[in-house]
Amino acid sequence: MSFHNYEEMAAMILFGIGFTTLLLQKNLIKKIIGFSMMDAAIYLFLAAKGYIEGRRAPIVENGITQMEAYINPIPAGLVLTGIVVSVSVTAVMLALTVRLYRRYHTLDFDRICALVRKEEQ
Amino acid sequence: MELWQSIPFACILLPLGSAAITSVLSKRWARYWTMFVLCCLVTLSAVFVVNMQGFSGSYTYMMGHYSAPWGNEIRAGLLEAVTALFFSVIMLLSLMGGMKKIDEHLLSDKQSLYYVMLLLLSAALMAQVYTNDLFTAYVFLEIMTLAACSLIAARNRGRTLVAATRYMIMNLLGSGMFLLGITLLYDLSGHLLMSNIKEAIAHIVTTGQYKMPLTVVIALMSIGLGIKSALFPFHTWVPDAYGYSTPTSSAVLSSLVSKGYIFMLIKIFHRVIGLDVIRSTGILDVLFVFALVGMIMGSVSAIRQNDVRRMIAFSSVAQIGYIFMGMGMGTQAGMAAAIFHIFAHGISKAMLFLSAGGLADASGNHKQFRHLRGSGFRSPIAGVAFTIGALSMVGFPFLSGFTSKLNFATAAMEMSDLSMLLVLLVLIVSTFLNTVYFLKTVITLYRKPLPGVHYPKEKGQRGFCFHAALVLFSVANISLGLFSQSVMDAISHGLAHFG
Repeated sequence: MSFHNYEEMAAMILFGIGFTTLLLQKNLIKKIIGFSMMDAAIYLFLAAKGYIEGRRAPIVENGITQMEAYINPIPAGLVLTGIVVSVSVTAVMLALTVRLYRRYHTLDFDRICALVRKEEQ
Repeated sequence: MELWQSIPFACILLPLGSAAITSVLSKRWARYWTMFVLCCLVTLSAVFVVNMQGFSGSYTYMMGHYSAPWGNEIRAGLLEAVTALFFSVIMLLSLMGGMKKIDEHLLSDKQSLYYVMLLLLSAALMAQVYTNDLFTAYVFLEIMTLAACSLIAARNRGRTLVAATRYMIMNLLGSGMFLLGITLLYDLSGHLLMSNIKEAIAHIVTTGQYKMPLTVVIALMSIGLGIKSALFPFHTWVPDAYGYSTPTSSAVLSSLVSKGYIFMLIKIFHRVIGLDVIRSTGILDVLFVFALVGMIMGSVSAIRQNDVRRMIAFSSVAQIGYIFMGMGMGTQAGMAAAIFHIFAHGISKAMLFLSAGGLADASGNHKQFRHLRGSGFRSPIAGVAFTIGALSMVGFPFLSGFTSKLNFATAAMEMSDLSMLLVLLVLIVSTFLNTVYFLKTVITLYRKPLPGVHYPKEKGQRGFCFHAALVLFSVANISLGLFSQSVMDAISHGLAHFG
């Protein structure tokens, strides 16, 4: 038995790594890296699914207008939209991290939580 | 196509466009402008409901004149119309009730940005309700998450920053799963428009292919949206996020944001995958069990709090459990009961958060129960509003919560013996626990204050807006209870044309 879906497999493994990093890492910057990896894995998956061997990017060249000559443009469009979304989410997360770091001078989320609790008492 | 059929599009575009304008206004004009836009939204939604009642079924609205498999679509029916009306009313009243606190809690030069976020959130909510395209739904889901995060972090305190970060982390896990679900579903079906996906799925199911991937898709989407809407085991971000942000944010987050995600999930169940397919995968049973445990555990945690806002936050977890229980039953009656509870809980919970803010203010800004003693006398309207909200949550007759509990019990009668017994038992236990902590709070409000403690007289009045919002909320709650039958009729009629 041989595998063909290397990209999809890689995407799923990366998604798993990103997901667990976002969930379990204490360091906020590493959490954000995990999130970026998770989203990038999904975009890899989409791009891999959208590619058809032997066809070209969906830009009309040399007057060839048959549908069979080009790949489906929608997955690429989805990837672009998704990138915009994840860039803005990353920006917000980084902004929050900066604000937390200025206040508590650490990036360790568990320590920040402990400091906040101490501050309240 | 008639003019009124463009209202859903206007409902999305109006807040989205005005959010951009609001960012350059001064805080006073930003507030007036936001109120004006939200009033327009309520009016438009009301006109739409009236028109929709004379219109049978639902219609699709093409965006940009591209026909079905390529274009982007809005689809509206009676259910969407009623939901949009409820959401916009709750949004307007929550803003009205918390306006004074926004002034107090937020830096003066950042306030207009708060209104930007509120408008973006309304636009995202309306888009969730009306869209017929799965990827558009995802994009607006993320806009809603970002706006909600900013609403939490707007009050510049350590506690709210941590709450916002925790909220973001949990929500990003949820959106990651949801996005993966959409991607897999797109690969399976080749479509992004909900109705087209449903046709493709029906075809896939009849051929018996891709059973496993389909189950994975459904699980990813349900759990992803479950995390985002604070279903029981994933609720850890709730108490901080609802408990420490400014009252408008808490009200909007608990009554609207989580409900928007749930509405999306109901839409996916009905319109994207089909209830029969969902039922055959067994994911509904998982949601059902989570919901039942959540109903009990949420209430148990609420009893153990000594801070009134954290208590209300934990009560939200239990109430989200009710909604998921209705969905988990997998019957039309259960689904209708769940949707009714979305409205009932939305109206009561927003009022509870706002009035709890008013009561805490009357007690020298303390939220602990021992300081709240007697606050019902110090701030009479907030006290009465809190009592009405609490009674509605407990299920007092003539209030909206009573009808929802009745609906759930009636829906349970259609189920098999074991599940029926389980639902009724959990309903009874949960109602009992609700009664314990809500009545305890109400009694505290009307007890003699602690001896020797004097609370400072409030500087001036808390404002006409605050009281007006609480009165309007109470009226809405009572009328939802009294006219529940017509709302239920609208819901079941809308549900029939939802898929």
